[in-house]
Amino acid sequence: MNAHAPNSFRTGPDEKGRFGSFGGRFVAETLMPLILELEAAYNEARQERSFKAEMENLWRNYVGRPSPLYFAPRLTEHCGGAKIYLKRDELNHTGAHKINNVLGQILLAKRMGKTRIIAETGAGQHGVATATVCAKFGLKCVVYMGATDVERQKPNVFRMKLLGAEIVPVTSGRSTLKDAMNEALRDWVTNVEDTFYCIGTVAGPHPYPGMVRDFQSVIGWEAKGQMKHAEGRLPDVLVACIGGGSNAMGLFHPFLDDADVRIIGVEAGGKGVDTEEHAASLTGGRPGVLHGNRTYLLQDEDGQIKEAHSISAGLDYPGIGPEHSWLKEQERVEYVSVTDDEALKAFTLCCEMEGIIPALEPSHALAHVTKIAPDMDKDQVLLLNMCGRGDKDIFTVAEALGTEI
Amino acid sequence: MSRIEKRFTALSEKNQSAFISFVMGGDPNYDASLDLIKALPKAGVDIIEIGMPFTDPMADGPAIQLAGTRAIKGGQTLKKTLDLVAAFRKADDETPVVLMGYYNPIFNHGVEAFIADAKASGIDGLIVVDLPPEEDDELCVPARAAGLDFIRLATPTTDEKRLPKVLENNSGFVYYVSITGITGAATPDGETVGKAVAAIKEKTDLPVAVGFGVSTPDQAAEIAKVADGVVVGSAIVRAMADALTVAGPPKKSFQKDTISTVKKLANATKRARK
Repeated sequence: MNAHAPNSFRTGPDEKGRFGSFGGRFVAETLMPLILELEAAYNEARQERSFKAEMENLWRNYVGRPSPLYFAPRLTEHCGGAKIYLKRDELNHTGAHKINNVLGQILLAKRMGKTRIIAETGAGQHGVATATVCAKFGLKCVVYMGATDVERQKPNVFRMKLLGAEIVPVTSGRSTLKDAMNEALRDWVTNVEDTFYCIGTVAGPHPYPGMVRDFQSVIGWEAKGQMKHAEGRLPDVLVACIGGGSNAMGLFHPFLDDADVRIIGVEAGGKGVDTEEHAASLTGGRPGVLHGNRTYLLQDEDGQIKEAHSISAGLDYPGIGPEHSWLKEQERVEYVSVTDDEALKAFTLCCEMEGIIPALEPSHALAHVTKIAPDMDKDQVLLLNMCGRGDKDIFTVAEALGTEI
Repeated sequence: MSRIEKRFTALSEKNQSAFISFVMGGDPNYDASLDLIKALPKAGVDIIEIGMPFTDPMADGPAIQLAGTRAIKGGQTLKKTLDLVAAFRKADDETPVVLMGYYNPIFNHGVEAFIADAKASGIDGLIVVDLPPEEDDELCVPARAAGLDFIRLATPTTDEKRLPKVLENNSGFVYYVSITGITGAATPDGETVGKAVAAIKEKTDLPVAVGFGVSTPDQAAEIAKVADGVVVGSAIVRAMADALTVAGPPKKSFQKDTISTVKKLANATKRARK
């Protein structure tokens, strides 16, 4: 670990929205008053017991939290080393961890008197979660989605429509998640009065990265308690996949100051980080400024943003949350990458060994687990965040395996 | 006195509003872009804004997004945009040139190197859309120390309480964004804009120029009555796009058509107060 490590890794962001040199508020002036208003509203809400109580009630009764901590016996036996536990956030309502954050943000939007919610989505999981909570509260919902993703994620598009959301296919730029986020920001700049921008990951301008992390930290807090109950101690290793990095931040944050817990983030290596086709911003990128914050980005020599590639649309983003960039530089969290092929193998393995169809995103984390678990002792404990279920991915997987459905 | 200050002073003595045009650097390619920029002062442009193309222009509408995409495809880089201005400066040492764009290409180039290169190229000012006052230490403070103007955007959401912060490190002129929205989107009405400009002028001695959404000669004239400068971007960029073929080299009429649009807008701006 870094020789100049801070006393705590859990105090960020600072008042300027920075995690070290990362994060910040790199937005157009039109949005500045809005994000300052949001920051003030969030700081007020988080102090209030009633806000927390309402959120906890919905987490329990609407989402189905706490999500179980499951010991995976056959995976453990297959790897032949550490005990493997899965934090089952794929069992949440709507099938992923995304709804933890959406509920928090929508409750905040309601407090702020906003009536129109906008969101960006890649694979569609954040879009579905946002459309779901908007339907529940009777709020207007507009989801921006790259035209390419609209085409390859049809089931989620239809789901969002059933839930009453308007889907705007984005054709600017290269028609993927990054462009959907640009278009959502353009909408927000235009509709400043009534609109709340519900960002789906730990990126964007301050206060989003810290706020989304706080809402997702329910994963880590639950896991901490459940692990103590199951094993009487903390896990030796945490593993989670990273696109923007919200499920990983949610699991990692409560453990950051537990020095004995090794923490590993797994990026999408696509066809290999030595090729042009991957989404590993920390492994293959360098610091830059995009979507309101400074963080590691995939970019060319001129500072133009490159397109990311991953078999998993949810990891297909050329940036990463700024807190991850900071944790990398502090050497508190290790960041590795896993290729499309390795993720696919892990996907199949999980289906066959545990009767759980994982999303392609956590399949990346699982692929790394299968690499390190065999070399660990049998009394060591490894915890993986199973952040989403794979129903949405069956078409992609079928195509990759050369099967017709 | 800086070129920008000189230009506004001279125009105000003639009771004229400045006509400020925006074109994307390197759109559709370096040579055509340089030729066009060289022709702008004669067409009536008082201050030239040159866009630094970026893949993710979050405050820009479709016209300027496409211009950026064309320029990047045409091989434009930040270095080439600096070269473009240096080449322009060889023939024109008076027309102020302002670069407008987003922070990442500058950060990637290195802030110190960028400031030195911008100075050497003869650039007068910078407008960096995603650097609000909260991030002044990044570029605004060192750029101003080096003698470059840092031109800030004030918007309809900049209220009375926030305005002093926006004006604090602002120099050259204030760029009032007349609408909430992206470039080229909506049409501002003269009376509302006039009130907003007056409110800003109460708090600063800097000239106030108005842009985002000004696209016809009539609108330009209306704004010219109430503001020290009128900025037109999308309408000029659209005129260029209309003259460009989808693929291949630009049509021969490309520059002529674009300059004709610029002239109409410039003339309307200059005649507005007569």
